[in-house]
Amino acid sequence: MEKRIYTIAANTPVAPAVYRLELTSDGVPGLRAGQFVEVAVPGKYLRRPLSVSLSEPGRLTLLYKVVGGGTAALAAMEPGAELELLTGLGNGFDIEACREKALLIGGGIGVAPLPQLCRDLRAAGKQVWAILGFNTASELILRDELEALGATVHVATMDGSAGIRGLVTDALRQVRPDFDYYYVCGPMPMMRALYPLLPEAGEFSLEERMGCGTGLCFGCTIATIDGPKRICHDGPVFKKNMLPW
Amino acid sequence: MVKDTSVTLGGIRLKNPVIPASGTFGFGFEMAESYDLNRLGAIVLKGTTLEPRFGNPTPRIAECPGGLLNAVGLQNPGIDALVSDIAPRVRNLCDTPLIANISGFSVDEYGICCEKADACDSIDIVEVNISCPNVHQGGMTFGTDPAAAAAVTRRARQATRKPLFIKLTPNVSDIVPIAKACEEEGADGLTLINTLPGMRIDIRRRKPVLANRTGGFSGPALFPIAVRFVNQAAAACRIPIIGCGGVSAAEDVIEMMMAGATAVQVGSANLRDPLACPTIIDALPALMEQLNIDKLEDIIGII
Repeated sequence: MEKRIYTIAANTPVAPAVYRLELTSDGVPGLRAGQFVEVAVPGKYLRRPLSVSLSEPGRLTLLYKVVGGGTAALAAMEPGAELELLTGLGNGFDIEACREKALLIGGGIGVAPLPQLCRDLRAAGKQVWAILGFNTASELILRDELEALGATVHVATMDGSAGIRGLVTDALRQVRPDFDYYYVCGPMPMMRALYPLLPEAGEFSLEERMGCGTGLCFGCTIATIDGPKRICHDGPVFKKNMLPW
Repeated sequence: MVKDTSVTLGGIRLKNPVIPASGTFGFGFEMAESYDLNRLGAIVLKGTTLEPRFGNPTPRIAECPGGLLNAVGLQNPGIDALVSDIAPRVRNLCDTPLIANISGFSVDEYGICCEKADACDSIDIVEVNISCPNVHQGGMTFGTDPAAAAAVTRRARQATRKPLFIKLTPNVSDIVPIAKACEEEGADGLTLINTLPGMRIDIRRRKPVLANRTGGFSGPALFPIAVRFVNQAAAACRIPIIGCGGVSAAEDVIEMMMAGATAVQVGSANLRDPLACPTIIDALPALMEQLNIDKLEDIIGII
């Protein structure tokens, strides 16, 4: 965990209610794929936990959805403004667990951490397939970015306006991707629907309303095979065999 | 001039009066990677019960102006894990006095937990919580009645020779008889205050935000209420008081001590900023200089 001031380089909408926030800060090392940050938002007591889409030294790209007053206040912030972040939170994805072929599955704003995961897997010489699920074509984000990073991308939309009609579970059945390890991030109902369809070797990035994001408050606890765990501190990424679903 | 920030709690010297509060500092060792735990005056460990508890379903947190509601519900691995694993692990990381925080659902449970804490060399002080609003029996009900508070204190006093603090709830019309009952039964000190019961509703979903419906409100908005409670209890009792409730800055430490506190606990501020405690500690000497305070103990209860 590190506390640091970042400067907003860009804060732009990329889909309805979804923003890409580009932040810079000198001399900051990059984060692991799947780690998250807690952003102090003007006028709110608690910070907002946000996914890191891409990180490199000195630069962070966050993707967030406006869901309430805090994220709305964040969306109103202009380039040049400063934000105080806690960074390096959570465990991140296990890149090493994939031998050769990775499958990435993301739904809605849950696709946010996939670009860095894809980049790091590719840098480690792995092949990457991705299945992205959205309600409708206007919500579709990150397909081009993931393709540019070397992934083979399939899209599913509920209304069929882009890609396969249906859920990511439908896409998974149709596409029949070839993989030895998988990574899932999205809304809890999506992850629970995927759970029985996927083999043992894989992991899920979970979400829950958080208090502190640093393991101090026990607000985001889930039951695991190994007892109660804090999503912010012991996760957010859990191996499939840790989840008693 | 070098400023003296040390205080004494139950015969134990603290290098400064700043203590992270129970339930807002993980198990106690999480922050060791971010700063030296020896900088803290003391550490209150996560609230512990006789049996392990998963706690309440999520969501457990609801934000509010000036703070938050929590309904964690005393998630903890049980007293045996505290004394055999957690407290020794924190003790290995620092020499800072460790305070075990004990909750129970009966007088006997409090007693057994205090006996186990008493037998643990890693624990310096026992804080008995008779004020948790997030469990459906026991907890706060012991803290709202002087006779029940006395019964728990008496049993805890029999169980331990370590300094014994009783943590009280603000959910009472008059704190004085409860504070005095604890003092008369041999408590070495009091911690005031725990959270105030509250509720928030998601107006779009037409549901309570918290799965538990209600939770305990904490944060800066609670601070003036805590100062008032501390001041009233300090006027009525001779035992030391740990002031708790919304403390977020060095100024709050001074104010709480002027109200009658010997030390303070920092709770919600840790959740907003995990470096809150060392930040407050670092700010104390300059503030003391500004206010012409050489020795922090000199201002305890001057109001």
